[in-house]
Amino acid sequence: MEPLVTFTDLFPNGVWRYAVGGALIGLGTAVIYLGTAIPAGASTFLESTLSYVSTVPRFNRAKYVASRDWRVAFTLSIVAGAAIYALAFGDFGWTTRVSWWRLLGGGLLVGVGTRVGKGCTSGHGICGVGSVAPTSLVNVLTFLGVAILTAQLMQAAGVTP
Amino acid sequence: MFVPLVVVGGLLFGFGLGLSHMARPEVVLDFLQFRDFGLLFVLGVGSVVAGTAFAIGVRFLDRAPLTGRPYARRLKSFDRNVLTGGVIFGVGWGISGICPGAAYASLGVGNYPILLAIGGMFLGAYAQGLWRSRTGDDASAPTASD
Repeated sequence: MEPLVTFTDLFPNGVWRYAVGGALIGLGTAVIYLGTAIPAGASTFLESTLSYVSTVPRFNRAKYVASRDWRVAFTLSIVAGAAIYALAFGDFGWTTRVSWWRLLGGGLLVGVGTRVGKGCTSGHGICGVGSVAPTSLVNVLTFLGVAILTAQLMQAAGVTP
Repeated sequence: MFVPLVVVGGLLFGFGLGLSHMARPEVVLDFLQFRDFGLLFVLGVGSVVAGTAFAIGVRFLDRAPLTGRPYARRLKSFDRNVLTGGVIFGVGWGISGICPGAAYASLGVGNYPILLAIGGMFLGAYAQGLWRSRTGDDASAPTASD
């Protein structure tokens, strides 16, 4: 008798690259945390970087101004780390086929949502969940559920890619 | 030593985002549309590894060598914004398949169209900051964590 759902159905691309990639994401977070006690998330960069060019008080709070320099270094290192991966694995130059309006519109909502909700997939998702923080668990379950619903609706509406 | 350590952490973080294919919006959308559940391993293994460091820091260590800060869990206060923000973030993630860290990494693999998403994120964060400053609805106190 055939099983209803096979491993290949759930993980058509295997799991090693996901598991090892996830471990490295966690390791990067761990290295920074153990050295500095800072739980580094990726989205605060948006506000801290805007403090260089904007006089809006929201962006010029002490914690953003104080952290904006190392956050630029952190973000550029993320770009460089991904570039090293892409060059080492012959993956460099890959480009997305997702439509421009989805990237722009989705990005806009992600920018608003992460600032209203106090974190993103790395801040709430990796650091917050790693801390077993109730606020982060609620936020992650909310955005995960809504994202699944949204993506399924897009698919049902025939939007590809 | 502070910035070099942040750079090492960022390189590992970015390499991991590239290797896990989080930097590809298509792979994220495949996960959200139930075609490939591999991303559960990214979030799961990532938070377990990071969580181990948080547990070690909080339980066994005193102050961080490079900043002198005490080790603490990443805890943020809960209010309605956490839910509202989560919903808006979720719609954006579901439409585009991108999130902040993965978008920076995507640029690193040479995916230049992602600049639209990064531009969108900055516009969104700016609009939100402007709105909060105007309405004075900026109640969240600065947190110790970041």
